[in-house]
Amino acid sequence: MSNSVAIVGMGYTSPRPLTPEVSYKEMIYEAAIKAYHDANLPSHKDIDGFVTCAEDFIEGTSIFDEYTPDQLGGVQKPMHTITGDLLHGIATAVMNIQTGQQDIVVVEAHSKLSNVKSLDHITHYATDPILTRPLNVNPHAFAALDMQRFLHVSKNTLKHCAEVVIKNKRNAFKNDLSCHAQNLTVQEVLDSEETFRPLTHLQKASPVDGAFVFVLANAKKAKKLNKKPIWIRGCGWISDSPSLETRAWDTCDYAKLSGQMAYRQAKIKNPKTQIDFFEIDDTYAFKELQHLEALGIYDKGKSGNALLNGALDPDGAMPTNVSGGTLGVGTFHDASGGLRTVEMIKQLRGEAGPRQLKKANTGLAFSWRGVPTTSGITVIYSRKGA
Amino acid sequence: MNLKGTPLKGKDFENGHVLTTKSRSNAFYAWDTGQGIGKYLQGLKEGKILGTYCKKCDRTVVPPRVFCELCMGSNIEWRVLKDTGRINTFSICYVNWDASRVEHPHLPAVIEIDGATKGHGIMHVLDEVAPKDIKIGMKVKAVWKRKEERKGDITDIQYWKPL
Repeated sequence: MSNSVAIVGMGYTSPRPLTPEVSYKEMIYEAAIKAYHDANLPSHKDIDGFVTCAEDFIEGTSIFDEYTPDQLGGVQKPMHTITGDLLHGIATAVMNIQTGQQDIVVVEAHSKLSNVKSLDHITHYATDPILTRPLNVNPHAFAALDMQRFLHVSKNTLKHCAEVVIKNKRNAFKNDLSCHAQNLTVQEVLDSEETFRPLTHLQKASPVDGAFVFVLANAKKAKKLNKKPIWIRGCGWISDSPSLETRAWDTCDYAKLSGQMAYRQAKIKNPKTQIDFFEIDDTYAFKELQHLEALGIYDKGKSGNALLNGALDPDGAMPTNVSGGTLGVGTFHDASGGLRTVEMIKQLRGEAGPRQLKKANTGLAFSWRGVPTTSGITVIYSRKGA
Repeated sequence: MNLKGTPLKGKDFENGHVLTTKSRSNAFYAWDTGQGIGKYLQGLKEGKILGTYCKKCDRTVVPPRVFCELCMGSNIEWRVLKDTGRINTFSICYVNWDASRVEHPHLPAVIEIDGATKGHGIMHVLDEVAPKDIKIGMKVKAVWKRKEERKGDITDIQYWKPL
C-alpha cells in the first residue's frame, strides 16, 4: 500500500466547440481551482510537482511547457510537459510520486482545438516527411485504411460501427458535459457525408475545447485529503512502429500490449470479469470495437455482435463509454484521457447521477493518440487500493 | 584550412545532384486572448496601458491577468497605468533574421511601467535614441500610433523613447 497512488481531486471546464471568451490559461485556471477545492488542498503551495500534456504544434507555441506554470499555481515548482495523452500524464505523475520525492502531483491537459485553423495539416506533419507526406494523403484516410483492414480481418461490419455511434451519442444525453448527444439510426450514420470510405462523417468525433486538472497523492496524503480517493492500480503504455508500411494493422498491438502491462500491475488475470466498465478511445467509431478486442475484453470479431446484444450498454455486461465517449461529448485530442478519467472518478465515487452504474468498483480507461500514431495507454482505476 | 571531403554548392542542390525533399508549412492559429489580455488589448486601442492589482499579494502586474499566479486568487482590480517607465534591460541588435547586418540596430527592451509593482513591465522596442545613449534605468515614454490606426494590438505602441 505504501507505493499506492490515488486521485484525490478533479476539476474541468464545460466542453464547448468554441470558447472565444477565455484564453487557454483562463480555462486551465478554472479547472485547477476546482480540482484543488475537490482535493481539499489547504493551498496550491502544498503541491510538489506538475505534469502537463501538450504538443507544441497543436498549441502553436514552441517549448510550450514554459507557458504552463502560472495558471496551475506552479510558479517556481517542478514542472514538465509531455507530448502525450492525459493518461500518459497520469502514468508520469504516478512514477514521480513513487520515487518518494513528491507527495502530491498535479496533472493537466486541455484542448483549444478551435484555435487551430489548419488542424488536418498539423496532423499531417505527424507523417514521415520523405516517404508519406509527399503523397498528400489526408491523415483521416489513415483511419480509413485501419478501418478497412479491421473490418476485413475481424468480420465486424459497417452496421456494428454505426451502432457504436448510436450508443455513444445516446449515452451522451445523460452527460451534461456532452456537446454531441443525438438520436440516430444506422442508416443515418451510414448515409451521413461520405468522407474517407468506409468512414462517414458521423463516425468521427468532433473537436471541442476544454481543460482537465487532476490531483494525485501518495497513500498517506490521499487518505488525509479525500474520503473517496480513487486508486490507480495499473498504467501501461506502448508505442508501436510509426511506419504505415510495417505496423501491426491486424492486431492493434499498442492497445493489446498497453493493456497487458496495466493488467500485470493491477494483478488482473481476467479483464472480462475483473473490470466493471470501460472508457475507451472512440475517435472513430470502429476504434471502440478494435480497442475492446485488442484489450482482451472480446475475442477477435466478437465485439460487434456483443454490441448488438446490448453488452456494451450501461446495463450490459461490459458498459463501454457510458459517458458518451468522444463521439458523444467531443474529442479533446490529447486531453481526451481527461474525459475518460472524469467518468472513471464519477462512477467509482458513485457520483455519476443519472448514468450511475450499479456495479462500479474497477474501471479501465484507454486512450489512443490519434492518426497516424500507434501509441496507446491503459489506466486502471479502482475504488479500493492494492 | 584544408578539409577532406566533397564540397557542395547551391547549384548541386538546385540541379538535383543532392537528393532532398521540401515541404512548406501550413500551420494557422487564432489564439483567443480571453478576458485578461483581451481587455489589455482593448486598452491599448484606447491609448491606455492597463494592469491588474491583487489585493492579497499587494502587487500590480502588467500585462494584466484575471487571476494571480502567486496566490491563485481572482480578487483583482483593474488599474490604468502610466505610459511611462524605466528600462529594466535592453539589447542592441545588429543582425537580421538572415544573419545579414542591419543598418539601424533593432532595440528590444523590457520596460518597467510606472504604477506597476517594481519588476513588472512589458517587452517592447526603443527608438529615437542613439544606441550608445541607452542605459538601464533610463526613463522612457510610449510613442502611440494615431488613434485611427490602432487595432488593439501590442504594436499600437510604436516604440518607446527617452523622456
